[in-house]
Amino acid sequence: MKKGRTILEKERFQLTLERLCHQLIESYDDFTDTCLIGIQTSGVLMAQRIKKCLATILPKSNIQSGNLDITFYRDDFRLREKPLQPSNTTIDFNIDDKRIILVDDVLYTGRTIQAAMSALQDHGRPAQVEMLTLVDRRFNRHLPIRADYVGITVDALDEAYVQVNWEEADGTDKVLLFGAKRNL
Amino acid sequence: MSSSSQLSTRHVLGIKYLTEADIRLIFKTADNFKEVINRPIKKVPSLRDVTVANLFFENSTRTRLSFELAEKRLSADVVNFSASSSSVKKGETLLDTVNNILSMKVDMVVMRHPAPGAAYFLSQHIDANIINAGDGTHEHPTQALLDAYSMQEKVGDLKGKKIAIIGDILHSRVALSNIFCLLKLGAKVQVCGPPTLIPRHVEKLGVSVSYDVRKTLKWCDVANLLRIQLERQDIKYFPSIREYAQYFGIHQELIANAGKKIVIMHPGPINRGVEISSEVADSKDSIILQQVENGVAIRMAILYLLAANR
Repeated sequence: MKKGRTILEKERFQLTLERLCHQLIESYDDFTDTCLIGIQTSGVLMAQRIKKCLATILPKSNIQSGNLDITFYRDDFRLREKPLQPSNTTIDFNIDDKRIILVDDVLYTGRTIQAAMSALQDHGRPAQVEMLTLVDRRFNRHLPIRADYVGITVDALDEAYVQVNWEEADGTDKVLLFGAKRNL
Repeated sequence: MSSSSQLSTRHVLGIKYLTEADIRLIFKTADNFKEVINRPIKKVPSLRDVTVANLFFENSTRTRLSFELAEKRLSADVVNFSASSSSVKKGETLLDTVNNILSMKVDMVVMRHPAPGAAYFLSQHIDANIINAGDGTHEHPTQALLDAYSMQEKVGDLKGKKIAIIGDILHSRVALSNIFCLLKLGAKVQVCGPPTLIPRHVEKLGVSVSYDVRKTLKWCDVANLLRIQLERQDIKYFPSIREYAQYFGIHQELIANAGKKIVIMHPGPINRGVEISSEVADSKDSIILQQVENGVAIRMAILYLLAANR
């Protein structure tokens, strides 16, 4: 596989996450009735990291968090060669009237987020849903969806592929940009 | 993505045709659907563009309801058909009936039929995905999968676990599918019943045979009890139901005599006082109702995985 170009290295990665946390604090204050929902699988890693980071900045905040799997809600389910392996959904609280921050690492076509929103509807009726992403590929959207909190913006061709590495899963934090699509 | 995210087959005709990887994939997917059916809104849109026909040429309540619920919870469109109220009575052949239904653009067929091999026969002639919901005395794969899934939930991985199947082995499709499934998962299987209801040469499948229910209970970790299938018995295989109940019916005293915890299962419908006493059926070691709950999750997993394989 061709080597990707690092567009966000470890230190700036951490700074970006911290900035996102401060932005969240600005709009959510002490996080009453607020929960972070990470989208499986890498959005979950990001949500956990954001939660940890918030806890160091605001030790008193006790924000709830959950994982959402959207496999069964995908619109491309029958178009794929192979079925996707579902992951767990763990939302151990009622999301009715909660303020929800959906977390995913890359916002690309917007289809994942659309599926996530229909999945959320099956769990209840939140008061408000906002979207947080580490990488926003703003020129590749298929749907009228945007993120409210953005780590970095990447303007790349449709053929390009953005990969986020997480310390927990890949050993180090960084964002890579590949010229051509990875074979999945 | 690894190849184990896909079934090796387009149809589920019997456990015989599934690999161990298929079975484990179905279980893994069922875990996720179990979470779905315990939500306040128990529905996901995965199969919204799929139409499923449930063809029941033989009576059923549990299996049929379970399949229908599974299909509806995946948002599939469902049509139902039962032989008692159809043109089969007017002399139509199976193939004609099914081809007529398929002309109405049906993607998947769930079929129960009194003739062994009916599902296999159909798979050779039509294009839709077929799920066997029981074909005569041959196989009942979804029941075996939900049985093994429920056992695994209760006692952990089945490798090396001792499972007894007690009752009418000769006429039971559940028994045959269970044997195939449990052996593929590495369990040890013993069948137990009156000699006339144990098929000859059954040990060639890799199971042990016992005619003494006390010994079997002492040996096993899990006991799967089967109903006496009177509707399939053309001759008398034992003197009377009462005598059968006396020798092979499982009651509290027998379990106490085994001196250990035995998980009790039954695919239903249960005949209280024949193969199982009420006390045992309602005891806390009985997982009969969990089996029914898991049935929906297992069937959702199979429908989902087959739809993805179209």
